[in-house]
Amino acid sequence: MAKTKKKMPGLNTTSTADISFMLLIFFLVTTSMDTDMGLARRLPKPPDPDQEDATMDIKKRNILYVRLNFNGQLWLEDETTRGYAEMSELRPRVKEFVKNEQNLSVLPEKHVKNIDLLGQCFVTDKHVISVQTDRATPYDAYFQVQNELVAAYNELRNELSKQKFGREFQYLKDEEKMAIKQYYPQNISEAEPKKYGGDQ
Amino acid sequence: MPEMNTSSLPDLIFTILFFFMMVTTMREVTLKVKFTIPAGTELEKLEKKSVVSFIYVGPPTDQLRAQMGSGTRIQLNDRYAEAREVMDFIAAERQGMTNQAEQIISIKADQRTQMGYIIDIKEVLRKSWALRINYSASRRN
Repeated sequence: MAKTKKKMPGLNTTSTADISFMLLIFFLVTTSMDTDMGLARRLPKPPDPDQEDATMDIKKRNILYVRLNFNGQLWLEDETTRGYAEMSELRPRVKEFVKNEQNLSVLPEKHVKNIDLLGQCFVTDKHVISVQTDRATPYDAYFQVQNELVAAYNELRNELSKQKFGREFQYLKDEEKMAIKQYYPQNISEAEPKKYGGDQ
Repeated sequence: MPEMNTSSLPDLIFTILFFFMMVTTMREVTLKVKFTIPAGTELEKLEKKSVVSFIYVGPPTDQLRAQMGSGTRIQLNDRYAEAREVMDFIAAERQGMTNQAEQIISIKADQRTQMGYIIDIKEVLRKSWALRINYSASRRN
């Protein structure tokens, strides 16, 4: 006669922890935690084959040349000055150039533009920053230039949005961002690289 | 002395495991080039991973240097490629994307790469209408 029902032994789960630990370690090894970050840029549209050589006539005062030679040395040239410069000088120079606060005749021309939300503004939207590199320029130098240019525009846009809307650019509404972008458009041109370099 | 009850330990570990599976991404390719990306301040996060394609530029890794030399190489998916092959790569990457207009190309290039390689890649990218690019970088203060 059967005795009282035998108690079923529970599954031994002591090793489950070890198994899941192994899985955890496997995932830690094979995955990368770092979120990818980078400098977002937009390339110009491909040249139209039907169009004849589209050389735009840009007034000399509207152009700031930013050149990098094969050593990664920076050369800045506009109507006011030309010569080698340090990377740290680039940002204030670009800001001064794009802003043209005193409406100087050697910095980009200003003209009246009607912008939604901002009304009539005096803007320098015809300015062009021309970045030229040598084929041997180190990528890091080029990247730092791009970074400084974006930083200069970001600072200008931030200043304007604080003044007009009382908030930083990133906290603005989309239509307000549009207005600010029209005030300070990013006109960075990257011409085909040339073999230049004069004194080298 | 009674033993500590460890029956909930697997659940705990599983929770950690799931957390890691959520926040991390699988490494898709084995890197055949080594690179130190530049450091910048004005960086944006690459949020939508599904629309991002990567192009790696740099010298071959230490294991491959003996065969491949130490010149700059471009890596697409799992192999070395020439700049002109980027066009096919872009087309192939677009195949699986639902929103092709949002495609972003992330260029992970070594700091010492000569701009010639980057210029060639950018020229091909322009021709293939992949205009949104992202120069991969780390944050600097």
